[in-house]
Amino acid sequence: MEDVAREFVNKDYEYGFHTDVHTEIIAKGLDENVVRLISEKKGEPEWLLEFRLDAFRYWQTQEPPSWAHLDMPEIDYQDISYYADPTSGKKDGKDGAKEIDPELMKTFDKLGIPLEERMALAGVAVDAVMDSVSVKTTFQEKLRENGIIFCSISEAVRNHPDLVRKYLGSVVPYRDNYFAALNSAVFSDGSFVYIPKGVRCPMELSTYFRINAMGTGQFERTLIICDDDAYVSYLEGCTAPMRDENQLHAAIVEIVVMDRAEVKYSTVQNWYPGDKDGKGGVLNLVTKRGHLRGVDSRLSWTQVETGSAITWKYPSCILSGDGAQAEFYSVAVTNNRQQADTGTKMIHIGKNTKSTIISKGISAGKSQNSYRGLVKVAADADGARNYSSCDSLLLGSTCGAHTFPYMDIHNDTAIVEHEATTSKISEEQLFYCRQRGISTEDAVSLIVNGYAKDVINKLPMEFAVEAQKLLGVSLEGSVG
Amino acid sequence: MLEIRNLHATINGKEILKGIDLTINDGEIHAVMGTNGAGKSTLSNVIVGNPAYQVTQGEIVFNGMNLLEMNTEERANAGIFLSFQQPVEIPGVSMTNFMRAAVNARYKALGREQLSAGDFLKLMREKRKLVELDSKLTGRSVNEGFSGGEKKRNEIFQMAMLEPDFCILDETDSGLDVDALRIVAEGFNKLRRPDTSAIVITHYRRLLDYLKPDIVHVLIDGRIIKTGGPELALEIDEKGFADYTAL
Repeated sequence: MEDVAREFVNKDYEYGFHTDVHTEIIAKGLDENVVRLISEKKGEPEWLLEFRLDAFRYWQTQEPPSWAHLDMPEIDYQDISYYADPTSGKKDGKDGAKEIDPELMKTFDKLGIPLEERMALAGVAVDAVMDSVSVKTTFQEKLRENGIIFCSISEAVRNHPDLVRKYLGSVVPYRDNYFAALNSAVFSDGSFVYIPKGVRCPMELSTYFRINAMGTGQFERTLIICDDDAYVSYLEGCTAPMRDENQLHAAIVEIVVMDRAEVKYSTVQNWYPGDKDGKGGVLNLVTKRGHLRGVDSRLSWTQVETGSAITWKYPSCILSGDGAQAEFYSVAVTNNRQQADTGTKMIHIGKNTKSTIISKGISAGKSQNSYRGLVKVAADADGARNYSSCDSLLLGSTCGAHTFPYMDIHNDTAIVEHEATTSKISEEQLFYCRQRGISTEDAVSLIVNGYAKDVINKLPMEFAVEAQKLLGVSLEGSVG
Repeated sequence: MLEIRNLHATINGKEILKGIDLTINDGEIHAVMGTNGAGKSTLSNVIVGNPAYQVTQGEIVFNGMNLLEMNTEERANAGIFLSFQQPVEIPGVSMTNFMRAAVNARYKALGREQLSAGDFLKLMREKRKLVELDSKLTGRSVNEGFSGGEKKRNEIFQMAMLEPDFCILDETDSGLDVDALRIVAEGFNKLRRPDTSAIVITHYRRLLDYLKPDIVHVLIDGRIIKTGGPELALEIDEKGFADYTAL
């Protein structure tokens, strides 16, 4: 019976395979030499090495945070390899670019992310990152016609050093927090996006992160700059093989939004969540922040979080520009032994700034799901408005849902509203559905998707369908 | 159609049904009348397979199938429908999505091809008219914000969509005014095929005037203590259950 149950739980995670590809992995452990080695492998300029070393030295003086509602396993930072290159097996091709191992192409095919442009999803350009290296970025040429830069951050450091130097660390300084310092020291790959003034990006841009190698950490670094009057919609997806050990994913995403520009950033996070007893799974420790610098700038974060053993993540917005508007839409699902402590920070600095927070937590099994949010209104932020709504849905009686809203208001004209509800899927509701011929699993999926639809509807359409399926799958076996 | 033999059932360890025998042939309508707590709702819940109830003895055979070996949704998809006494609200799930899932499941069980989105919406419109259900209601979440009467109409609407072979109307008349009762009952009469069978659970004669049962049973304290023709319903309507409860 146990085995059948385990098989069922494991079967649910259909991205748990491993790709057998020649991967260059540096020795485990972290010291200044490792930081230098990563920088050297990437052929980085001196200023970036200095940035990394400053971050590393700062990180060494810091302690990991303990305030989250998480039971975090102790991470042995010397037992992790900080650089794994799955493209290392291939010689450089004629044009200087590395040929891509067909195994890697197959892997992304299998994940539903074909890297052949003719096969790709219509209207979506993809940067595919495995372990520490970007494997391929599609549609670069086509985007360049509009002046749009979309490439891996490593490539951006080589080809657009001024832009990177200007903005890297400008939204999330390495002193921000423990994991931000770690990331700044050892970050590997991620995406770089620059949308020039007045350009509306004609495609969805997307990055797909895959952890493959064993015993490695992934340190994603993404930087998005949306110049005056520009627009971009960006989507991030992630999966990892099933392993008994925890794997570390410590990322930084920085977004800069200029005058009247608009950025939509969507995440469908499906890292391996560990087995039903809580063994293995990805530790997803992420700092994401947008700086709404420009007047009337807009940024919306939409996240569907179904994976990871532990999620520690607060995509935030600094609303500096007058009239800036920010939104945070989140669905976080936890099942079995998963733990999530996620939410947002809305920092109102400019006048007449407006933020909206819609958070939907869904907990099942023996999981713990927390919303943690800060709404801060600075003294000069006349006319600031915030609306927050945090709902929790419980499946069963052994899970936990928690809400930690913080408010820090320094301006009398601010209007801040907060609503919170907790509900349960009742036996009566399930019975009613089943009497109409709908199976328990389908009924849970129907109810959960109904509950989460305000958020799912914010996703680009192709991904909304995926997200709906994912919500159902993540909760399989959670009821009955 | 349906054969129940020596059925005993409990909820939370308490025995409610104490040996029910009941045979319902194709096309027959049986009324089950009885006092509060006699076991009428338990009987309907046990037939449709509500997991909150335990069958401790006996058997239920539906068109040759052993119902007690089938789970709730399998029974539903085999053509058994319960019109709930108190339909539950399911916030966030639209009537349209809910019905789509139910109709897909039923069609799959019947080996029919799934309806296209267009055909499905057309079917919704047709069946809605049959029970005079406001189109605004099918746009809402399941039963959310429906009045008592609207909920009951919505049950009959769902019956119309799923075309069951065997229906249980569990106090469908409670909470309905005279007009609503007529609409619901006439809706049901229009829907039933010559071979559709039903159990109608009620305290009153009103609904039976419309539905015209072939056979009437009196259920008291977990047992059927009297069975007769339509005249039995008239008698109970006049005299109440006093004669039976005193037994």
